[in-house]
Amino acid sequence: MKPNNLFSRIGRLSLNSITRLGTATRFLLQVLMRSGTSWRRFQLIIREIYSSGVLSLIIIVASGLFVGMVLGLQGYQTLQTYGSAQSLGVLVALSLVRELGPVVAALLFASRAGSAITAEVGLMKTTEQLQAMEMMAVDPIARIVAPRFWGGVISMPLLAAIFSMTGIYGGYLIGVRLLGVDDGTFWSQMQSAVSFREDILNGVIKSTVFGFAVTAIALFEGYDAVPTAEGISRATTRTVVTSSLAILALDFILTAFMFRGA
Amino acid sequence: MPISSYDDRIPPSSRPLFNTVSVDNLIDIRNVTFAYRNHAVLQDISLSVPRGRVIAIMGGSGCGKTTLLRLIGGQLRPTQGEVSVNEQIVHQLNNHDLYQLRRKMGLLFQFGALFTDLNVFDNVAFQMREHTDLSPEMIHDLVLMKLNAVGLRGAQHLMPNELSGGMARRAALARAIALDPLLMMYDEPFTGLDPISMGVIGKLIRRLNDALGLTSILVTHDIEESLKIVDYVYFISEGRVEAQGTPDEIRVSKQAFVHQFVHAEEDGPVPFHYPAPDYASDLGLKA
Amino acid sequence: MDRTLLDFWVGLFVTLGIAALFALALKVSNSEGFSRGSTYTVVASFNNIGALKVRAPVKSAGVVVGRVSAIHFDNKTFEALVSMQLDSRYTFPKDTSASILTSGLLGEQYLALDPGGDSHNLVNGDTIKITQSAVVLENLISQFLYNKASDSGNQNNGGGAAKAGVKP
Repeated sequence: MKPNNLFSRIGRLSLNSITRLGTATRFLLQVLMRSGTSWRRFQLIIREIYSSGVLSLIIIVASGLFVGMVLGLQGYQTLQTYGSAQSLGVLVALSLVRELGPVVAALLFASRAGSAITAEVGLMKTTEQLQAMEMMAVDPIARIVAPRFWGGVISMPLLAAIFSMTGIYGGYLIGVRLLGVDDGTFWSQMQSAVSFREDILNGVIKSTVFGFAVTAIALFEGYDAVPTAEGISRATTRTVVTSSLAILALDFILTAFMFRGA
Repeated sequence: MPISSYDDRIPPSSRPLFNTVSVDNLIDIRNVTFAYRNHAVLQDISLSVPRGRVIAIMGGSGCGKTTLLRLIGGQLRPTQGEVSVNEQIVHQLNNHDLYQLRRKMGLLFQFGALFTDLNVFDNVAFQMREHTDLSPEMIHDLVLMKLNAVGLRGAQHLMPNELSGGMARRAALARAIALDPLLMMYDEPFTGLDPISMGVIGKLIRRLNDALGLTSILVTHDIEESLKIVDYVYFISEGRVEAQGTPDEIRVSKQAFVHQFVHAEEDGPVPFHYPAPDYASDLGLKA
Repeated sequence: MDRTLLDFWVGLFVTLGIAALFALALKVSNSEGFSRGSTYTVVASFNNIGALKVRAPVKSAGVVVGRVSAIHFDNKTFEALVSMQLDSRYTFPKDTSASILTSGLLGEQYLALDPGGDSHNLVNGDTIKITQSAVVLENLISQFLYNKASDSGNQNNGGGAAKAGVKP
């Protein structure tokens, strides 16, 4: 009885997840197809860039600065052992631009903006605002979902760039100002080792993909939420968990593609 | 230009135009069955709503009243039968035509469903901004007129969370009539309101219907309040039309179901118990 | 929120983001991927390229003059064929020699060009004739040890070997 039960539960669970993935994909396609309105009325997207981008700015800048400072401290300790503390700039910049910038910014974005989007859309569903809109002959996917989607996709790479830049500045503060690495060497070593096309553009591509994934997951969870208080809280949790996992998995795939040859 | 014509429509002098000239029905529901997950919510139901009237659809909780509104609004498809609104079969319309039809409908949701991120003014202006190219000045004037009609002109800058239940419902009503619909639907407009707000909403429904030449459908279980304002009542039970008539006929009806409903009796044709197996055998007292 | 204020904040945010991208492009990275001027390609073959990689710098007198663009294995000569793209601003005589060097003791490997005295210059598609392979550290060390051993053997007439614990 027991193992049978377990197997049937696993089976049901995987069937459910596959169905859910299908629903999510259909939802995403609909969002993409009905994005015309929001691009014609760009003010809608601007409003969402405000709530997902501008409002995430403080947490992004603060964490970026701290991550950069920690990198500066840790990197200095390690590099000092090999007598190559002048490469600190390279270490800080490459780790931020290639990995930490896009990934940590996206994780913060998922928990700050993603959860907010899910809660907002879920609450709109619970309080029948989405249905009211439908009854007013306004398509909620075009009017509510699509602008949030594009707002997130636009905000994410900008946030990641700001994160990387403040992080590098944090590393500079610690490395140069505090630990006495030479100013010129710090920047010139960094410049010669970091390539715009290979590192920075790839970082931008990564963060755009993350923005796409996080916003899509957040919107789907909100739109699909069970319209009760408990349903919204579960949906919000799922948004943070699923999108964090998605970010890390996508990061692995993208990194494997981008930096394999180099 | 629309401002003056709107003003002209405020006095109830325009009312007879709809009541006398047209005897046709705005809504016809013909033999509609609707099942949700094999559970029949509506069974072969037929009813009609003449233009210019206020109709109440009554029944206990969960009898499929709200489903009926969803069918009229095209948010659900009937399993069988058809719903026609303004001579159009709702479920046969494509998306574009359905949205065109919905512009002629207003639906007041049970708890208002105001957009919580917009203030009262923007809530009412929402449809005008979405569907028309009116200038901001024009929209401003129109919104204030709608808000004045529901007595909330002074509350235009408040956010929905600052409104009381009754005020929220009136603001939602102003929003629903923003584009002068043909048809207004009210989903439980009296639920959760104090007696004063209830009376205010009730009178407002009647007055707006007559002043704007609307047709109104009330879905409600509040018999006292609705009998005061409606022209005709349909009683629905277990997905069927159980009884119908004018308010006066309903009050004196001898039909068991209507009697139970009007006099709020605990047990009757609508049983107190949810269908269950025999009590004694459920407790294991009988083999 | 007031629409102009909203626009202001979003504008500020976008400006910040783009400024950060610009700073990354200009201050943090070398944008040689962008300013790809005209180049010409020359080829050189080596017995052993060590750990030379595609995109490694090509230097002359310590100045970066180009990049390694491709590395192949020639199945006829069993040598490594290294193609490099040199900046058209720099020209080198035909008898220029190429060698693979290491920056620092453990640093990355690069290609060094040592100009000769020919009056004709290398053009696109030319081959550099004189090459010097990478120094492989293991070979160097084993050679050093071998020399050391034979040195001490000559000096001490086998006594050194006995001292070192090697039985004859």
